Amino acid sequence: MAKRIDVSGLSAFYGTTKAIEDISMSIEPRSVTAFIGPSGCGKSTFLRTLNRMHEVIPNARVEGKVLLDDENLYAANVDPVAVRRSIGMVFQRPNPFPTMSIYDNVIAGLRLAGVKKKSVLDDVVERSLKGANLWNEVHTRLNKPGAGLSGGQQQRLCIARAIAVEPEVLLMDEPCSALDPISTLAIEDLIGELKSQFTIVIVTHNMQQAARVSDRTAFFNLAGVGQPGKLIELDDTQRIFSNPSVQATEDYISGRFG
Amino acid sequence: MTSSSPAAPQGRERRTRDSRVGDKIFMNLARGSGILLLVIMAAIAGFLAWRSGLALSNNQGNFLTTFEWAPDAPKPVFGIPVLVVGTIVSAVIAMAIAVPVAIGIALFISHYAPRRIAQPFAYLVDLLAAVPSIVYGLWGALFLVPHMDGLTSWLNEYLGWTYIFDQTKSGTPRNLFTVGILLAIMVLPIITAVTREVFRQVPRMHEEAALALGATRWEMIRTAVLPFGRPGIISASMLGLGRALGETIAVAVVLSSSNVLSLHILDAGGGTFAQNIALKFAEAGDSGRNALMASGLVLFVITLLVNGAARLIIARRKEYSGANA
Ligand SMILES: Nc1ncnc2c1ncn2[C@@H]1O[C@H](COP(=O)(O)OP(=O)(O)O)[C@@H](O)[C@H]1O
Ligand SMILES: [Mg+2]
Repeated sequence: MAKRIDVSGLSAFYGTTKAIEDISMSIEPRSVTAFIGPSGCGKSTFLRTLNRMHEVIPNARVEGKVLLDDENLYAANVDPVAVRRSIGMVFQRPNPFPTMSIYDNVIAGLRLAGVKKKSVLDDVVERSLKGANLWNEVHTRLNKPGAGLSGGQQQRLCIARAIAVEPEVLLMDEPCSALDPISTLAIEDLIGELKSQFTIVIVTHNMQQAARVSDRTAFFNLAGVGQPGKLIELDDTQRIFSNPSVQATEDYISGRFG
Repeated sequence: MTSSSPAAPQGRERRTRDSRVGDKIFMNLARGSGILLLVIMAAIAGFLAWRSGLALSNNQGNFLTTFEWAPDAPKPVFGIPVLVVGTIVSAVIAMAIAVPVAIGIALFISHYAPRRIAQPFAYLVDLLAAVPSIVYGLWGALFLVPHMDGLTSWLNEYLGWTYIFDQTKSGTPRNLFTVGILLAIMVLPIITAVTREVFRQVPRMHEEAALALGATRWEMIRTAVLPFGRPGIISASMLGLGRALGETIAVAVVLSSSNVLSLHILDAGGGTFAQNIALKFAEAGDSGRNALMASGLVLFVITLLVNGAARLIIARRKEYSGANA
């Protein structure tokens, strides 16, 4: 299920502005890779190029290649909708569908895929909510609106919704930045469990979090305002935080940045 | 807050009071306008009820079952069934046509058209809302009616078996169906304008949630936009329905009124409350005017009921409205 990702020579644009430039990296299956770097250096942009969500923004476009195992996601014959079905995404702000119950939120992806059988859906709801460590809290009120949950629960509901379709990769863009410390810990634990099944990429502002949850860490930076963001280095998390090979990384993680 | 605390320092209390003078003025102003509004409404309702009562007590027919409208006859007889049916049928036809088309146009403007086309298009639709109803009426009578024959006979031929599309009398298509189409065109702009704004307000993050799950654009609209916009669609439809139920002059110009109650919507004839009032008011005597007011009161009640029903529908799904998301 989990697949590896190989990015080569990837640049992304908003209109004529280049937001990220010439990024190449490999991400191993069943690992957690953290993206760190200052605001505006293009972490979210890069993450969104990995499931072709970048191009839903008007005039946004991408150059370069993203291989999922051996398939180029940007090949001419690839349908972006299909790509997004196999690469799940969790956003910065919890965004369960407000008009749907908890149950319907979890199966939203399956509904899109045309799954109708009640028994299958029931199973998926239980498995996904258990997978997201939310089952115990919500199994008595699956038909209540998802928007009635706490922020941390909503975010775990979004994770349940993303894993319900059994994606090959799970992308998370600062999934804890809107949450309290307890909910943050719950999600970090969850990430540790999910990596046995999924390839996980997580953007985080919080360096302790990167150190806690990830196997590999990528540091992004930009030369200045208006300049495109670039990948500075990608290495084992332990190395990045103890002995990075680039001075800029060291400056950033030790807080001597800017 | 009910008992004043004696420990409160004097100076502070006074200052609070001073700074609230502005608040007080505005509060009383607001309260005054509110009360004035209630008084005016009560006065209108009371007046209508009084005159209606006068009319009803003189009615020799049955207000609820008599087809005829002859309140000024020596033996006054008048009733509303023809008007009730005509009003509701024409409004239903209008809504059945206008709501889906309006949603389609609104979606086109908010989610499909490139901005450079969407903007002028939206402006055009808004402009249509500003056309006076008499202009629509004249257009309906001079253009729509003469061009309805093809559609009318087609519907009669292929859908005649449904009873409602069965044309039993030949004649000009000055019927409830034509009126319904005209009303649909008239209410289209307002429904479109409101639903368009509602669709625009769907948070981007909900749309992206759908897209990231692998939704096509249409699936995204079905999963995120339409459910979120549902209360807005209902409210917009109610605005449109209110206008369709109360439309006077355009209906008066197009419909050939008669005392016939028929659900064959392609047959000429019938009537609506507003149209009936517009046609008869000028020549009506005292008794006739009272009777028209009674009919106006009924229209008012129907509109209230419809709005109440819409509010119930919206309130029932409140916890799913997304207002707390
Ligand atoms: N929708 C957008 N339209 C135009 N520019 C954008 C958009 N989103 C982000 N950008 C720009 O792209 C650059 C990278 O942003 P982003 O990927 O959000 O950075 P990060 O997630 O690292 O904070 C920034 O300069 C930002 O202003
Ligand atoms: Mg970001």
